Amino acid sequence: MKQNNNKAHKFGMVIDLDKCTGCGSCMVSCMSENNVPFKEDESNKKDSITWMRVYKLTNGKSFPDTEIVYMPRPCQHCGGKGDHGHSPCVSVCPAVATDYGYDTGIVSQIYTRCFGCRYCMGACPYHARYFNWWDPKWPEGMENYLSPNVSPRMRGVVEKCSFCYHRYQAARDTAYYEGRDDIEEHEYQTACTTACPAGAIVFGDLNNPAHKVHQIVKPDPHPDPRNKHVVGKSRNPKVFRLLERLGTNPKVYYLSEREWVRKQGDNYLDGEWDKIKNHHGAASHG
Amino acid sequence: MDSALIPEGAKRCSFPKFAIGIAIVSAVVLWGVFAMFLCWFKGLNQTNMDDYYGFALWIWADLAVIAVGGGAFFTGLLRYIFKIDELKNIINFAVIIGFICYSSALLILAIDIGQPLRGWFIFWHANVHSMLTEVAFCLSAYFAVLTIEFIPNILENRQANKVPFFHHLAHNMHGVMAVFAATGAFLSFFHQGSLGGVAGVLYGRPFAVREGLLIWPWTFFLFTWSAAAFGPCFTLLVTKITETVTGKKLVKDNVVHLLAKISGWMIVTYIIAKIIDTIYWAMVTAPSLGFTLSHFYSNNGFYGYWILITEIVLCGVVPGAILIMKSTRENPTLRLVAIILGTIGICLNRWVMVLQIMAVPVMSFDTWALYFPSWQEIATTILPVAYGIILISVAYRYLPVFPQEQELNTIEPVSKTE
Repeated sequence: MKQNNNKAHKFGMVIDLDKCTGCGSCMVSCMSENNVPFKEDESNKKDSITWMRVYKLTNGKSFPDTEIVYMPRPCQHCGGKGDHGHSPCVSVCPAVATDYGYDTGIVSQIYTRCFGCRYCMGACPYHARYFNWWDPKWPEGMENYLSPNVSPRMRGVVEKCSFCYHRYQAARDTAYYEGRDDIEEHEYQTACTTACPAGAIVFGDLNNPAHKVHQIVKPDPHPDPRNKHVVGKSRNPKVFRLLERLGTNPKVYYLSEREWVRKQGDNYLDGEWDKIKNHHGAASHG
Repeated sequence: MDSALIPEGAKRCSFPKFAIGIAIVSAVVLWGVFAMFLCWFKGLNQTNMDDYYGFALWIWADLAVIAVGGGAFFTGLLRYIFKIDELKNIINFAVIIGFICYSSALLILAIDIGQPLRGWFIFWHANVHSMLTEVAFCLSAYFAVLTIEFIPNILENRQANKVPFFHHLAHNMHGVMAVFAATGAFLSFFHQGSLGGVAGVLYGRPFAVREGLLIWPWTFFLFTWSAAAFGPCFTLLVTKITETVTGKKLVKDNVVHLLAKISGWMIVTYIIAKIIDTIYWAMVTAPSLGFTLSHFYSNNGFYGYWILITEIVLCGVVPGAILIMKSTRENPTLRLVAIILGTIGICLNRWVMVLQIMAVPVMSFDTWALYFPSWQEIATTILPVAYGIILISVAYRYLPVFPQEQELNTIEPVSKTE
């Protein structure tokens, strides 16, 4: 089994939920950037394709104590148990149609390889994977706006957020052309990151201490002593990941000052949250 | 009209009556085939599946038919490897039921994939880490074994058997059938198990995930065990239905009692393991991930504790208890109740291990997802049942499926000769 080596990139994201206004720009920019088709009636969210989906969370209290937060949810690009690259979806795909990039940490989807068994969708607890139930269609004239850098998907295959991988390829091509070995932080940013008017999304290389995402998240490279499957836990007490306890090791982190928001990131037994809410990566105890 | 094809000495209904029966069931087949082509040509938007319910009725049907078809490999194992000779009187029928179940599973899988023309990718681009890959390989290989096991019975047709080559081929295939039975048992162990593994490895789904041994979650072993336990129940149930429809006794009671007894002890041992697994999962696995048992059985309109109790107690403990006790096992009514409950139980287990997994919310702010299949899904799921009825009818009419049939139904020919 391959291990992530230190020279490899590990692209990830941190989303500041206290800044997110729920405007939906990230969703729109994502659909536009990635040629996501849409239906005439998108009211059924369970069969509409939204690589980036914004959930609305509440603290469950009645007025005037009600608080709301909007949680954008792209593919979490899980590293899998122990961060070895066996993401929940990658490990189950029978035809290697979804793969883990050990050089980037990005979970890819190979549309022409996928035969539509949907096992990956069943494996993903984040509902980040979408099936093309219909042929992709756009209103007349709108095909002219399709991005030439992203292939549209055919009916009968699964698709999901790619962290705008084509932008990474373009940035790498530019770097190569200019004789550079690597790309700069600003050269590879996802569409949702650049579109967010509140600057709530920060994207970059979690392995690179010079990148802002690393500085905010401060990922702990060591396994969590409480759960050996969890690697990359944030040492920032305000940062959390979705369903971290399952050991999926997502590369999408969330940031919030509010405790009730952080608590919604995972499931806890009665009284458990109070015991572990201050447990962060190893350095937090240093 | 077709009397030359009917086994010698066997009494069958008239051809027009048979043809009318087949025609009626064929109408159901056509309905299913129509739905199948709709799915193939228009896509899976013909179903009521969605992105929460990517696995639904069809996957359940696959798992269920393979589980109940487990009677074929287990009876074959008992007959040819453990040399339980009495079972030769039901093995042909068990093989036919298995053949129907496995061919149905392959058909349903072919409908269930979004890009049917790429179905071969599962073999060509195989991911060795995926349980579904193992399912595809073992299931296909075992279907080939079942076909080989079915061939001698087909060649024993009265006309086919007149051809010396076919006669000798059938005879020689019977001679080496132990090899295929052993191969079938080996393959079945892995594909029944890997079907259980399909759910057990989903570590993103706390309702499904299980610890296990090396790469195999406990569901791997539970699925194999349950198929061997409940498969014979289904074999006995279909035998009983066939006897009722034909109005004839086809298998002697001692054979039925023996298979029922073996099934009963397998069910009892399985259900003990299942109860231990459930308790460990409820007390250790799920809580370690932040979930209580009640999370999986409340706050929704369908999945309550009733399904857990029905599966384990009513359709597990009860049939097991009936079948291990001589007095209840040899009572025809109670035995029928037990094999019906057993068959329902195994199907319910497969339902839970597919559909309830999809229904349970995992993210704390997510909601339960319930689903009802479209008519196209229902029609294509009934299609294999109708196809099975036709194949059993044809096989029963033209092949010597039940070796004891003539011995058990000799009264009429004797009275005629007088």
